[in-house]
Amino acid sequence: MHVVYPAVVAALLFSVGVYGVLARRNAILVLMSVELMLGAVNLNLVAFDAWTRDRLHGGQALALFTIAIAAAEVGLGLAIALLVFRTRRTIDVDALRTLREDRELDERDVSAAHPEGAAAERRAP
Amino acid sequence: MIALAAVAIVLPFLGAVAGLLPAGLLPAGLLPGGPLSGGPSGGRLSRLALGRPRATRAGPAVVAIAPVAVSTLLTLIVALAVWTDPGARTRTLAVVPTGTVPFEVGVYVDGLSAAVAFMVCCVALAVQVYSSSFMAADRRHRSFAALVSLFTAAMLLVVLSGDLIVLFAGWEVMGLCSCLLIGHRRARVALLGFLITGAGDVAFLFGIFVLGVGAGTFSVRGVLAYDYPQATAIAGTLLLVAGFASRSVRCSSYMSHMRSPDVRSPEVRSPDAAVAGTPAGALIHATAMAAAGVYVVARIFPVFARAPATLTVLGVLAGISMLGAALAALVQDDLTMVLAYSTISQVGYMAAGLAAGARDAAIFQLLAHGAYKALLFLGAGCVIAVVGSGLLRDMGGLRLAMPVTFWSMSIGWAALAGVPVASGFFSVDAILAAVQHAAVDHAGGTAPAADSAAPGQGIAPWAAVFVYVALLLTVAVTGAYAARAWLMTFFGERRAAPGAVPVSASVPALMRWPVAALAVPSLVLGFFGLGSAVLRPEPTPTLAGLAMVAAGAGAAFVVWNRDPALDPARVLGRPVRAVRTVRTVLARAFSLGGGDERALLRPVRALAGFAAAADERVVAAAVEGTGRAMRRLGGPLRTTAAGGNPQAYVTGLLAGVAVIALAVVVFR
Repeated sequence: MHVVYPAVVAALLFSVGVYGVLARRNAILVLMSVELMLGAVNLNLVAFDAWTRDRLHGGQALALFTIAIAAAEVGLGLAIALLVFRTRRTIDVDALRTLREDRELDERDVSAAHPEGAAAERRAP
Repeated sequence: MIALAAVAIVLPFLGAVAGLLPAGLLPAGLLPGGPLSGGPSGGRLSRLALGRPRATRAGPAVVAIAPVAVSTLLTLIVALAVWTDPGARTRTLAVVPTGTVPFEVGVYVDGLSAAVAFMVCCVALAVQVYSSSFMAADRRHRSFAALVSLFTAAMLLVVLSGDLIVLFAGWEVMGLCSCLLIGHRRARVALLGFLITGAGDVAFLFGIFVLGVGAGTFSVRGVLAYDYPQATAIAGTLLLVAGFASRSVRCSSYMSHMRSPDVRSPEVRSPDAAVAGTPAGALIHATAMAAAGVYVVARIFPVFARAPATLTVLGVLAGISMLGAALAALVQDDLTMVLAYSTISQVGYMAAGLAAGARDAAIFQLLAHGAYKALLFLGAGCVIAVVGSGLLRDMGGLRLAMPVTFWSMSIGWAALAGVPVASGFFSVDAILAAVQHAAVDHAGGTAPAADSAAPGQGIAPWAAVFVYVALLLTVAVTGAYAARAWLMTFFGERRAAPGAVPVSASVPALMRWPVAALAVPSLVLGFFGLGSAVLRPEPTPTLAGLAMVAAGAGAAFVVWNRDPALDPARVLGRPVRAVRTVRTVLARAFSLGGGDERALLRPVRALAGFAAAADERVVAAAVEGTGRAMRRLGGPLRTTAAGGNPQAYVTGLLAGVAVIALAVVVFR
């Protein structure tokens, strides 16, 4: 089989994953899209491993690593999604903006150098 | 036969794995338990896991002893087969491609490796039998036995491996095991030593690389057959010797941590079984660890024979270390420590033999030393068990109380000192003769000794003379410390240490009989050397050696006889901590292996401080600066209306990646 077939399939898979990550609003579906991207990478690794006839099979070994890490990652991600849903009754990524950085927090670099000035600033508005 | 050798390597490894398994995974019969053994962990866990308290006491011992026993049998068969039909046999079991020079997993058996493998197995077997009796009440016996098994497997791998890379793997596992065995008592010290002397192992590995890449193969056969240019041979072998030397230094500094605790000092609450278990740990170190370096040199000796500079360096190192270690052994107040330093000194003998080009003599000494040093270490364990203290000043007068141990250890000390007809006499004599040949024949301009490659290829003449003088002095000092330890242990008045609690009133049979059994090879092994022309005693070195032994032992006896209650080493000055008398310098082994690693620590600390400063001021500053600059740059983006939406961030990220990729494609 020519290497272009798995490569094109992987590219398509990856694009679908990117679209999902960027456009989906449900956190679970975002996670699934990430898995799609990882799957595309694995496919590439294995395909090019076979294509280059690597004697040490570095691609296959790396794919195994990726699978193991993806398993761990999805476990963590689902746990976070579950906890977020329990506390907020939503997992819409657009609605979850608690970790947004505000303007005054952005001045942390300055506040480290001049603590009292920064504190005064924070009180002002 | 190759299969037998391979199985002999794998069996102790399996034993180690079984010994380290969690208690719940083992069948009931193999668990420690019962009223006498099995501490809180083993016994209770087994009961919890299996629902019944039945567990035999012999379980851990079987796991520890059986694999090593079978391995001993297998290596004996292999050794006999090689003896009847000499010649090297090798087989590759698997080739591991690496991209450049591949290495192969295989076995290489010849007379040298078969004999050393058998010796290793015998020593390991003796240690396992002995410690299974000794540490039966200690809940850490299982892990100790497992570590000794792993050590044995690694050593057998070093000895029987057909490939230098695999040999190095065994070498590293041995280092790890030695670290863990020390860690049984002092974890931090062990870790420190492990880290510091890792540098030596790197040198060893690079030596292997030089030789392997030069020959185009890592297999022992290929390396032996390849005709190295002299520069390559010198570079590779010098790196190997550096690794060997650093391993020996580590070994000696480790063994100083094997010192048995002083029963009088307040921090030692109860002198438990571990006190007398220390000789067993020290033994496996001494014989296996130090022997491994000598073995590696002997294994690829033809390469060393092409590198006269390396032989000279090896000879000088050997001369210094054998004399220094013998002097250190002379003043130690701990029986285990006397033996530990004596081992370093004896390894110096072997290295001297190798440097003089007499491989057979060095291996002869290696085997004989394995036998009598095992005897002495295990005998010391018996003595310590009965006395309840490891210090020489607490012993004395044990001649009648423990006759079997007394006679066995007498043979052992005689062999160590080189008293005629014991094995050490023949082996030390062969080395003396070889070094004398190297020194005299070079000076006379004739051909060098036994099996070095070509005229003018051996050790430098001045170095040979130096080694010869050091050897003679060491023989005298060896006689002195052997006589001192022997007299202080078994003769004179019986002394009792205040506060010392004997572990057992008499020596258990399982501890006594390994010692007695080892006395046989210690006594008769020397006669095997008579069959070889190279190893037969010659008149001049024999007489010189005998005179030196008599002088050393006689001096020790004369000083001891003046007042048997005191330590003969008192003539070297009183043991005062702060004052730098001859004695304190020696007792700390020239500060090299004594109590602390200060000599090694200081440069390492300085280097680490420099590296940390460079890291902080240069690397970390650059990294943090980059991060801060990027943060400022991205500030406007983060605080727009979309702030907080991760998908917006990812979109930005991907757009950036796309721009960079495009730029690379377009502007390349």
